[in-house]
Amino acid sequence: MRTSIVLDMLVRLDAFNLEVHEHLDSEVVALFGPTGSGKTTMLETIAGLQHALQGEIRIGSHLLFSSRAGVDVPVWQRRVGYVPQDVALFPHMDVRRNITYGHWPSSVLSFDRVVDLLDIEPLFSRPITVLSGGERQRVAIARALLSSPNILLLDEPLTGFDNVFRQEALRYLGRLRNELDIPMFYVSHDKNEILEIADWVIVIERGQVERAGEPCTVLSEHA
Amino acid sequence: MPVEIWQISWFTILVASLATLIMMPFGIAVAWLLARWTFPGKTALETFVSLPLVLPPVATGLILLRLLARRGPVGRLLDNAGIEFLFTWKAVVLAMAVLGFPLLVRTARAGFEQVNQRYELVAQTLGASRLRVFFTVSLPLASRAVVAGILLAFSRSLGEFGATVMVAGSIPGGTRTLASGIYNYVEIGQDTNANSLLIISIILAFGAVWLSNHIARSANH
Repeated sequence: MRTSIVLDMLVRLDAFNLEVHEHLDSEVVALFGPTGSGKTTMLETIAGLQHALQGEIRIGSHLLFSSRAGVDVPVWQRRVGYVPQDVALFPHMDVRRNITYGHWPSSVLSFDRVVDLLDIEPLFSRPITVLSGGERQRVAIARALLSSPNILLLDEPLTGFDNVFRQEALRYLGRLRNELDIPMFYVSHDKNEILEIADWVIVIERGQVERAGEPCTVLSEHA
Repeated sequence: MPVEIWQISWFTILVASLATLIMMPFGIAVAWLLARWTFPGKTALETFVSLPLVLPPVATGLILLRLLARRGPVGRLLDNAGIEFLFTWKAVVLAMAVLGFPLLVRTARAGFEQVNQRYELVAQTLGASRLRVFFTVSLPLASRAVVAGILLAFSRSLGEFGATVMVAGSIPGGTRTLASGIYNYVEIGQDTNANSLLIISIILAFGAVWLSNHIARSANH
């Protein structure tokens, strides 16, 4: 079942304003655009880490922000699974403690299911510092999933990795898309990734939505 | 070594430990506040916390004396409650805590400022309130600097003299500490006792400061 998402936000940035007015109904929404266009800001605003000046952010029936209604849900109550580009695994915790940090026994997704989906059980005995980049990404995604998010926000999860890892990671992400009922926002510079994983794409440049639509249509027009 | 030397030494260690325990929650809270929050009066708070570092200790002691005297704003309340404070061990603890507090705050604050805020923000997105983030992310990651600050404050308390004699005097068997004991024994020509206290002071201070520096260095790595 698809989740409706309302993104109506105005965020003040240093060089320009980020302005988005989108009503979405997709499983995986990709954000595409050059560096500094506002893609990460958009994810952080949904997560509550940046503040919108006005607008509305709604994930399904969960209203996260509304300037008109005076609603601004605190970050820790938004139930947003955010995986930043730098992953930010807690260095003082091992893999198991990292992934269970936001996990509650009543979470919708069980611990075993997430571990199986992302194949991270072999990593439990290893300290964070010795994990490869790909392993760190999987652990970070598992950590976000186990916090029972209403939406998953992935900021360039495959940037900087080789093709072998990318293919393997896309396989994991495909499993998440197919087997979980959680909408996903996915930031990427790579058209091929977006074509493979997303069913909707928003192209952003200098804080403005240039176009939005199905990836095969939008990205072929966006040269 | 005379019994009174051991008595003075143990008394000093006990009151310095108690002063440090009392300082800890307030010092850590203030350090975190100054490291992470912007609020009106922040500069004033920073200045106020640092004052005991730059004022002569006797000046700080005089301020405490004025506050705690029977007709002082705090002393009046204590007197009404039947609590004796000045020239008791309680005053020693207070003087030590006030003088050690800035060292704890400055060192712990540096530790909190070194913690990457990304970890704290990501922890919030995982459902952790600010309080939970503090205890599970910020404090553990800053723990070495915090411990170093605690040890530094403890070692400062051990050697505190000026403020202590103003509010507690140097009563034998009552409020005499290592520092005030050395002063008194030199005054009356008991050099052997003074030297004994001196050696104990050096050993304790050296140990505490060495450990503090060692922990702080490992925090920077």
